[in-house]
Amino acid sequence: MHSKLPKQNIVICFHCGEDCEGVQLVVDDQNFCCQGCKLVYEVLSENELCNYYTLEAYPGGSQKSKTGSTNRFDYLNDSDTQLNLLDFQNEHESHVTFFIPIIHCASCIWLLENLFHVHSGILSSRVDFVKKRVQIKFKNDKISLKELVSLLATIGYEPKISLSNLEQKMPNAVDKRTVKRLAVAGFCFGNMMLFSVPEYFSEADLIDEGFRGLFSYLNVVLALPVVSYAASDYYQSAWNSIKQWRINMDVPIVLGIISLFFYSLWEIFANNQAGFMDSLGGLLFFLLLGKLYQQKTFATLEFDRDYKSYFPIAVTKMSHNREEVIPLSKLQVGDVILVRDEELIPADSLLLSDQANVDYSFITGEEIPVFKQKGELIYAGGRQIGEPIMLTIQKSPSQGYLTDLWNHESFAKNKDRLLEPLASKISGVFTWVVLAIAFSSFAYWSFLDFSLAVKTFASVLIVACPCALAMSTPFTLGNTLRIFGKCRFYLKNASVIERMALIDTIVFDKTGTLTDPANAKITYYGESLSTETATILKSMVERSTHPLSNRINHWLGLQDGMALEHVAEIKGGGIEAIFKGQVIRLGSPEFTGYRSVVESEGGNLVFLTIEKLEIGYFHIESGLRSSAEHVVKSLKSDYQLHVLSGDYSHEQTSLEEKLGEGISFNFKRGPSDKLSYIKNLNISRHTLMIGDGLNDAGALQESEVGVAVSDRVSHFSPASDAILDSDVFGMIPAFLGFAKSSRLIIKASFILSFLYNAVGITLAVQGLLSPVICAILMPLSSISVVVFTSLATNAVAWRRGLFNLKPS
Amino acid sequence: MEVIFLLIAISLLLAGTFLFLFFKAMKGGQFDDDYTPSVRILFENPPKKSTKKNPSTKQKSYE
Repeated sequence: MHSKLPKQNIVICFHCGEDCEGVQLVVDDQNFCCQGCKLVYEVLSENELCNYYTLEAYPGGSQKSKTGSTNRFDYLNDSDTQLNLLDFQNEHESHVTFFIPIIHCASCIWLLENLFHVHSGILSSRVDFVKKRVQIKFKNDKISLKELVSLLATIGYEPKISLSNLEQKMPNAVDKRTVKRLAVAGFCFGNMMLFSVPEYFSEADLIDEGFRGLFSYLNVVLALPVVSYAASDYYQSAWNSIKQWRINMDVPIVLGIISLFFYSLWEIFANNQAGFMDSLGGLLFFLLLGKLYQQKTFATLEFDRDYKSYFPIAVTKMSHNREEVIPLSKLQVGDVILVRDEELIPADSLLLSDQANVDYSFITGEEIPVFKQKGELIYAGGRQIGEPIMLTIQKSPSQGYLTDLWNHESFAKNKDRLLEPLASKISGVFTWVVLAIAFSSFAYWSFLDFSLAVKTFASVLIVACPCALAMSTPFTLGNTLRIFGKCRFYLKNASVIERMALIDTIVFDKTGTLTDPANAKITYYGESLSTETATILKSMVERSTHPLSNRINHWLGLQDGMALEHVAEIKGGGIEAIFKGQVIRLGSPEFTGYRSVVESEGGNLVFLTIEKLEIGYFHIESGLRSSAEHVVKSLKSDYQLHVLSGDYSHEQTSLEEKLGEGISFNFKRGPSDKLSYIKNLNISRHTLMIGDGLNDAGALQESEVGVAVSDRVSHFSPASDAILDSDVFGMIPAFLGFAKSSRLIIKASFILSFLYNAVGITLAVQGLLSPVICAILMPLSSISVVVFTSLATNAVAWRRGLFNLKPS
Repeated sequence: MEVIFLLIAISLLLAGTFLFLFFKAMKGGQFDDDYTPSVRILFENPPKKSTKKNPSTKQKSYE
């Protein structure tokens, strides 16, 4: 263990592919970085499942940070919890679906689908790779739900079970009803086209007169499901909007559908003509296609999470000196609970133990643990690091300092209604103009020829049907959504893009968003460090997983390690090492015995003593994200910028220096202060909030567009409209610009479809509209609009460099 | 030309059957997951115990 490892010869863990960093665990000639990885390998090789390692190199997730108290899955024995989790159960077998975020490669699929080799109680398992879910069927008498989850955890695939998916089953991502309607419309449209072919070539006299009648009647029959079933959503939506005295995009569509259908009926039955039923089918087919195209969903991401998604399902309650695992919902004020290492504190509570070391990274984005003493109030959402602690619950989990946010009114409002889509605005004007043209041509022709007047009236309504108009929005936004998704910027739905285009104010959260914990600023004060001391320090901090140790390790740079006689990490204290008989301590003042008072505002201090002799201390502040400066500077000219922070204001001067002037800084803002700050801004501005922790959740919800920045997008992000992978933080200006461009593209395609309408209406007012012209003009305009929007969005995305991103 | 009546009936019946089959497949969940089957089909069946390999032959060597 104490041997020096030359740097260039990195040993890589066979399971997870991480650097073994001097740890030597060898099984079957393979190196492992930690006990966890080794254990997984042993379980798999015992069951002859080593094929797992041949399908992909280093398929496993790191097991280093795995926590394991043996009874943490005890709540799964609770029959209420079981009932909520299981999809199906009879006396012999049960079916259950788990969400396992770590699923990422072919090996994962292979292993999870071969679970039945590991335990005979498992009947079968099936992975849905895209949704990262696995459905497992198991025998009740051979394996319990708890044992199943423990088994999955043992092989490194611990399912994520949270309160929110206990309460409601996961919704089906793609709207199946739209697909069904599209299928019906497509079926009818295809057949109607076939029956209309003779009509398109009516001059050629392809078939007998007798067939023409038959074909027309068949078209009527085929049009019935289109009008009654496929189009039903449009009637609903149009009626809802008329009830509110507004005209949305669906009103002119319904007007077109009705006039097409009834005019065709009249033509077919009264005039023995062909009618326009095929165009009606085509119209619905293209409209539904556009609707489906817009419904891009990111199945593994959740945008509407509330605190229940983060909190544990079960807690360990102490009653009569006995541990009892109870579901969180049964927790009451006054209960005494036990929180172990790495466990989340589920409710605001008082600390009963002597000390606690709470990591609030979930809440604030700051990952350095906060030291708490007996009797202090600890807010929910923190994570205990170190020894188990005892707490008394002060507030129920749903009413804490943080969770109160979710009871705020801003969580109840539907942001999609904030902005009237561009298409709705135009369709109001459009509908009135079309109606005006239709009536005036009717009035003009009625003096000359009444039946022609009726024909022109209907023709105008038919041809002006805003098919192309209605399709430009969904296809532009759908394509934009896809391009954003490829760049790892995931939007909740298409309407976010339109809101994003109108943003004029951007509010940043500081900690974890503008600053990056990994990019720390470290200053050392005290006696200068000799090379030897630096080497010793390096080998000390290398052993620790504490964030501050990692930062000091990074600051020390590349140095060879040093054999030490003894190294130990005391959680909540620091690291202790013995070198040449001298005790070296690095950590908190209490632990190191550093007595001099050090004045410092904010940041973290790490002290160094040798044999209780004060050597010096490190001052560690989180630094700016490497791309933050560039992002802020390029946004400054076009947007009003604000920075909100929960921290003290000591960093204001250094931030101003780096980011330049003209940004309003606001420090010491709690979660609800952030929310009200955004609320005030919203009165006169359009706001976009970028944040990362749960304390930003209120502000993200209140802003018009809330963007959550996250390192691991499918693991953790507060409720928001969009989730941004923190690697692409630097692309924010490009994303905003692209959203603006797609709004311009929509406008341009409106112009294009107006041109088609102008041609169509010109023909219609003259009474020249025939089924052939209609059958050509309608699909042509739709398709050309679709082609135009796709090409334009791709071209703009390419110009803005959104295609050159490295794949994740 | 009367055969056209028959052909129309057959074509509608055929197209209708496809529509019905599509609905059935959708209800059965065939379109729920369009990625995993493409990976699953590449897995080989596990080798029988008789050809038990020495573990070192399966593994790659790393620097």
